[in-house]
Amino acid sequence: MVDTSSVSLTGPQGPKPRKALSRRNIFLYGTLLLITVYYALPLYVMVVTSLKGMPEIRLGNVFSPPIEVTFQPWVKAWAEACTGLTCNGLSTGFWNSVQITIPSVILSIIIASVNGYALANWKFKGADVFFTILIFGAFIPYQVMLYPIVIMLREIGLYGSLGGLVLVHTIFGMPILTLLFRNYFTSLPEELFKAARVDGAGFWGIYFRIMVPMSLPIFTVAVILQVTGIWNDFLFGVVYTGPETYPMTVSLNNIVNSTQGVKEYNVNMAATILTGLVPLTIYFVSGRLFVRGIAAGAVKG
Amino acid sequence: MNNSVEIKNLDLQFGAVKVLQDLNLEIGKGEFLVLLGSSGCGKSTLLNCIAGLLDVTAGQIHINDKNVTWAEPSERGIGMVFQSYALYPQMTVEGNLSFGLKNAKLPKAEIAKRVKRASEILQIEPLLKRKPGALSGGQRQRVAIGRALVRDVDVFLFDEPLSNLDAKLRADLRVEIKRLHQRLENTMIYVTHDQIEAMTLADRIAIMRGGQIMQLGSPDDIYGRPVNKYVADFIGSPSMNFLDGAIKNGVFTVGDLTMPLDGYEFASGGAVDGAATIGIRPEHVVTGELVDNSPIRIDVDVELIEPTGSDKLIDCEVAGHHFRVRMDGQAEVSVGEKLRLGIDPARASLFDAATEERL
Repeated sequence: MVDTSSVSLTGPQGPKPRKALSRRNIFLYGTLLLITVYYALPLYVMVVTSLKGMPEIRLGNVFSPPIEVTFQPWVKAWAEACTGLTCNGLSTGFWNSVQITIPSVILSIIIASVNGYALANWKFKGADVFFTILIFGAFIPYQVMLYPIVIMLREIGLYGSLGGLVLVHTIFGMPILTLLFRNYFTSLPEELFKAARVDGAGFWGIYFRIMVPMSLPIFTVAVILQVTGIWNDFLFGVVYTGPETYPMTVSLNNIVNSTQGVKEYNVNMAATILTGLVPLTIYFVSGRLFVRGIAAGAVKG
Repeated sequence: MNNSVEIKNLDLQFGAVKVLQDLNLEIGKGEFLVLLGSSGCGKSTLLNCIAGLLDVTAGQIHINDKNVTWAEPSERGIGMVFQSYALYPQMTVEGNLSFGLKNAKLPKAEIAKRVKRASEILQIEPLLKRKPGALSGGQRQRVAIGRALVRDVDVFLFDEPLSNLDAKLRADLRVEIKRLHQRLENTMIYVTHDQIEAMTLADRIAIMRGGQIMQLGSPDDIYGRPVNKYVADFIGSPSMNFLDGAIKNGVFTVGDLTMPLDGYEFASGGAVDGAATIGIRPEHVVTGELVDNSPIRIDVDVELIEPTGSDKLIDCEVAGHHFRVRMDGQAEVSVGEKLRLGIDPARASLFDAATEERL
């Protein structure tokens, strides 16, 4: 054995002591604080305003907390605010959005993940060309395709219905989602796929038994992207649906931008928060998984 | 026919790149064949072709006298072990072992029996309920071998199975694979770039380069009688010494050094004249008292000593060429010392200077 008897040490040893209030720390936390305030302040104003009554808002103290807390604007935004002729608030739009978002998200993710899997692992003739065309689709401005799609939907009898919008969202989610899944599946070790083939698993066997169970992070990313994307969509919603089937974003717009009567800021604020609540919840619930999924392609596990 | 695997006129191209060219190979039943070569020589590609994971461009593959060129990997009667283990991370060890059998729709009792047998052979019974993530590298590779084992096939394919393991574990598992082969008597085709693995495991070694088999023979053959300079250089560690010179009337001349070649067996039967290269293995050079019995004697200065424990490698210069000699680890030698070397031409190899083929 090497002699390791301890000797009493003099001079600097162990970790270097650090001051809590060093210039570096002040700068770092100061910047972070500033940015946090910058982003949090509008939300604060929205929440505070939505809890005030109109007389209090007219006083003009935007930042002051409500003197008299009222939930009336929330109730009104949800159930009573008028959009055009009907006065059902956001509730109709909310349920429409739910009916649009859930099938669109599920459908687009299922199709795109199978697409990505086929492109990554089952190289077929023309796969690269197919992939290039698909990716090219991501760069075409939506506005170019608005009217042709109106005609197509009309021809197949889905124009103005929720089903039509689901179809549109599914198709427009394809390029980016396929790219996402393809890149993820490509990053999985190829030998795993080979081993499964030697073990006699087929196309679907490998997909369901090997690939999908390993892909929770990327599915989470896809869900977040799609839920927020589809929920926040306004353009397709306003073009491809009618007043009965307007999604929540369109209802919100109709409430906030109504040109008649008094501008009810408190109701507008409440309606906006209500509309943004779904994507916000998704982010909070799955934020950690989201980061892991985004990073999954870059770092080898 | 007694061949387990036959490869006939196999070609494989990726676009314009020819990876395998007109390759023919016959592997006997129960044989342990090692495909050896540096990276990019096509050895793994050949294995993937045999497994059916790559479509061949031309030629045939027969396994157990059946043409399986178009068959799916699972229908070929092969089991495969991969370098990265390729265990299914979300399944337990038991799930990994039984996955292939479930796909083949075997009855449950049969699956349980085979998993039990394989885990007994490989001593992984205590690990059956664990996930691959909770296993060490050696255990993972054992499970990967087990996955091939449960399939109860005649041909095992190994794709550099030990490359990801540390040196000690690699040596242990190497012995285990050899034992397994002796016990099961299956045909095994084993791809590696490690010549020690190749020499210790193989019945026959196929040295590959540029998509072609350079030499196919027993480890002794390949070590003792390499067919060309490439094989001679590739096999053996430390590698062979080469001296460029010329042969005239059965005497090899390099610089002012002459070596009579009495005892060397020329491939063509008789001595050939012309420019040539002589290859001498560092371990075939003798020193000390043995020099007196050697047909060729050379005096050199010791330039550098590399002790490895069991051996000492001496670097010196012979007729303007860098030359290495292996001495016993206990030998007393120091830098600058004069050393007398003895060489036996019967153990040397001669290559044509132009074609690099064995003379």
